[in-house]
Amino acid sequence: MPGLNESKSNKETIWTILLTFFKVGAFTFGGGYAILPVVQQEVVEKRKWVSQTAFSDILIITQGMPGQLALNSAIQIGIRLRGTAGGIAAAVGVTAPSVIILLIIAAWLYPLIHDNIYFQAAFFGIRPAVVALIAYAGIKMGRDILDDRNSIILSIALLVVAIITQLHPILVLVSGGLVGLLLSRRNNNYD
Amino acid sequence: MIDLLLTLYFSFLKVGLFTIGGGYAMIPLMEAEVINVNRWLGPAEFLDVIAIAEMTPGPVSINAATFIGYKLAGVAGSLVASLGVITPSLILLLLLSRILFKLIQKPGSEKFLKGVRSAMVALILLAAYSLGLSAVIDLASAFIFVVILIASLVYRISPIFYIAIGAIMGLLLFPY
Repeated sequence: MPGLNESKSNKETIWTILLTFFKVGAFTFGGGYAILPVVQQEVVEKRKWVSQTAFSDILIITQGMPGQLALNSAIQIGIRLRGTAGGIAAAVGVTAPSVIILLIIAAWLYPLIHDNIYFQAAFFGIRPAVVALIAYAGIKMGRDILDDRNSIILSIALLVVAIITQLHPILVLVSGGLVGLLLSRRNNNYD
Repeated sequence: MIDLLLTLYFSFLKVGLFTIGGGYAMIPLMEAEVINVNRWLGPAEFLDVIAIAEMTPGPVSINAATFIGYKLAGVAGSLVASLGVITPSLILLLLLSRILFKLIQKPGSEKFLKGVRSAMVALILLAAYSLGLSAVIDLASAFIFVVILIASLVYRISPIFYIAIGAIMGLLLFPY
């Protein structure tokens, strides 16, 4: 894609890119789609690094590839501003707050309160709550994705296969993708 | 030590490479690598890590990778694990972007992704079930699960709020 690395905003320093995405990483909670509006506000509206159209293109690639949504969009914006160095700066920026904060919790806070009875009691309630949130994520994704008969049958079939064979999730995902491809080929032949 | 760091790196690289759909899509992958393949954590402890990762700022899987990496191999472990999660995104966007853009534009890729996402729905629901076995263990925890699930289906509020509700209900209902 020619011209991708060239931009009007070449004056943005690596440092600004890093700090901007550090802020995004440090002040967004929950991950996933919750972070994208924050990225948009920061890079489209506030800093005007990319246009709304360019940001939409970035989102299409972000959602069509594996990995964290915030990270994928940050790297692409970094690349548009300052090439490879910009991409790496954006990735480091968005990741660094997580690493710093979680290191503090894992090394200091968690061992300190882990054996406390009230901490145990709180997590007795937090665990089923997290399971409920995971179940909700599955239900919501199912509502969004499973919009035709083929995908519903595929999902149920893979659920049964995964339960019986204890296959690694990666193999289940790849099988799903391949069946999806095959089904579309067959449907096209009948069109 | 080097062996452990390499295993950590590649386990979390797999998580990063096959998280498709964002958010909780990483749960079944991380569960498989951390609990089933490497036996680094038990399911209850894994849920604790996910809760902590959800309550702290930043992407949940990078948070969880940092915590688990630290627990297994200290600061080096936490850096290696979080680097593993972000490696696939960096390689795909910095080195293979031309191939990636071409692939995404191919008509088949949408069909492929739809199949992958259909599989992901099954995997996330299965993860909820298998992790649920260690969390929903009595009447009180079952009650908390049902309340939070119904509430999240009805009200769109931040997950942190629901985790806080879970904590309060836990403090009230825990069999001290």
